[in-house]
Amino acid sequence: MVSGLGEVAAGLSKGALQPSELLEACLTRIAALDDKLHAFLRLTERTARAAAKAADLRRAARQPLSAIDGVPIALKDNFCMEGVETTCGSRILQGYVPPYDATAVARLEAAGAVIVGKLNMDEFAMGSSTENSAFGPTRNPWDLSRTPGGSSGGSAAAVAAGLVPGALGTDTGGSIRQPASLCGCVGLKPTYGRVSRYGVIAFASSLDQVGPLAPDVQGVALLLQSIAGQDERDQTSSARPVPSYGELLEKSVRGLTIGVPKELFAEGLDGQVERAVRAAMARLEEDGCTLKPISLPNAPHAIAAYYLVATAEASSNLARYDGVRFGHRAQADSLLEMYQATRAEGFGAEVKRRIMLGTYALSAGYYDAYYLRAQKVRTLIRRDFEQAFAAGVDAVVSPTCPTTAFRLGEKSGEPLAMYLSDVYTVPANLAGLPGISVPCGFDQGGLPIGVQLVGRPFDEGTLLRLARAAERGREQRTPEGF
Amino acid sequence: MAIDRAQVRHVARLARLRLSAAEEELYAAQLGAVLGYLERLAAVDVSSVEPLSFAGDEGSSLREDVARSGLSREQALAAAPQHDAQAFVVPRIIE
Repeated sequence: MVSGLGEVAAGLSKGALQPSELLEACLTRIAALDDKLHAFLRLTERTARAAAKAADLRRAARQPLSAIDGVPIALKDNFCMEGVETTCGSRILQGYVPPYDATAVARLEAAGAVIVGKLNMDEFAMGSSTENSAFGPTRNPWDLSRTPGGSSGGSAAAVAAGLVPGALGTDTGGSIRQPASLCGCVGLKPTYGRVSRYGVIAFASSLDQVGPLAPDVQGVALLLQSIAGQDERDQTSSARPVPSYGELLEKSVRGLTIGVPKELFAEGLDGQVERAVRAAMARLEEDGCTLKPISLPNAPHAIAAYYLVATAEASSNLARYDGVRFGHRAQADSLLEMYQATRAEGFGAEVKRRIMLGTYALSAGYYDAYYLRAQKVRTLIRRDFEQAFAAGVDAVVSPTCPTTAFRLGEKSGEPLAMYLSDVYTVPANLAGLPGISVPCGFDQGGLPIGVQLVGRPFDEGTLLRLARAAERGREQRTPEGF
Repeated sequence: MAIDRAQVRHVARLARLRLSAAEEELYAAQLGAVLGYLERLAAVDVSSVEPLSFAGDEGSSLREDVARSGLSREQALAAAPQHDAQAFVVPRIIE
């Protein structure tokens, strides 16, 4: 059984664990258990074993490349990895082998991490349940009849089931935090610009951000440390220096002010979820934080603004799938027919729906009413957070999701119901702010509940501190059968 | 907000998507429902608000304009469904 990533790193550092042993333990668990979950789309066993052997030597020589040298990590299948098939959960990219590494992947490898394989996801990261994968859904380790959330559902399920001690995901509207919450692990969406997006298959470029998932806050901090920082290949990556998250993590939370926005504890919130989140807030108060009622008056408009901005950007980003340079191509006599048939055959239903919505929102006569208006509402949402931070709030607390994990098929026929499960996570993406989900309890059915904290731009350190405090008092359980 | 099949066909053409009759029907209903929900933004007062297109950090930074090597032609062509020794091959567009 693989424990928290922090413990794994400590074990490696002491010499109590060897990278190759650790990798074999993960591969054995994956072989034994992943048939039940379908978290992995493919394994990279051969290169992983070679990487682990190299890490064994560095560890034995006490010359590790970083604190995560030799730690097995898995990647959501929207991270390009040179020579490894990368599908983004889509039939249109089936068989695509990228000729280069995403920067986040290259940085993990440079830190000595052992890349174990690629994880399932909603097609093009569009979805909240991983049911939109062209390769079949992933299941939630806490209840196999339920979804792990999404779109990074494979990442969250693999971490929660102890198949790997850490994973990378991406978060455009909650796609790291929501599955982390529904699977009972920690998931961080860093500030927009904190981690390079180079080599990450684009969904909505002004919202997409790369981030880590792990069983523990310390693990998330260690992974962020290795992937954060400016990259000349991503012009939107920030030049701000990356602090030492491990040091910030251990600082006391005494004296921090946590904003409690009334709009995010409103209608649609499950009672059991609310109780667990308020209990976590009470524990933070006992640790010396001040809870302060605030208002984010424009937060209720976030889902509407998000689905216009995200689909508009997606419709233009996904124009590149035309059957010419990579991916699937349909046979046709003319170029136009080739485009239309390729895209009809290659994209799944939700991706087509979002391309249609985005194209409509950008089309002549509708641009001002939909897309431009949504961008203005986005300004208002960001302003709400800025006002809270200006009034002394260090982080904003809320549930991560309004409910615990839902059943497979429960929302798949109702796009709007599925979209509304992102109601608490979307504001941070629109405002470009960092957000973290931390497990804080279970409902009566034994399903995990997560609490979300959203912080100032580039203040991941404070979020990790608060998250560390919040995880201390929580009840620890392991999903049965894992 | 109602969307009819003619509008769905128009948008699908703009998006270079071929839809079946059943898909046109389905998307007309589903897009109508989603757009109905999105209508709520019309009630927000956005007069005097600037649009936010990008929630990024302080201004953009550009690297030095120096030539460097990228993908080789072979690498760039390797994933194409159809190519010859030097180019992507597509259906003929000029008769």
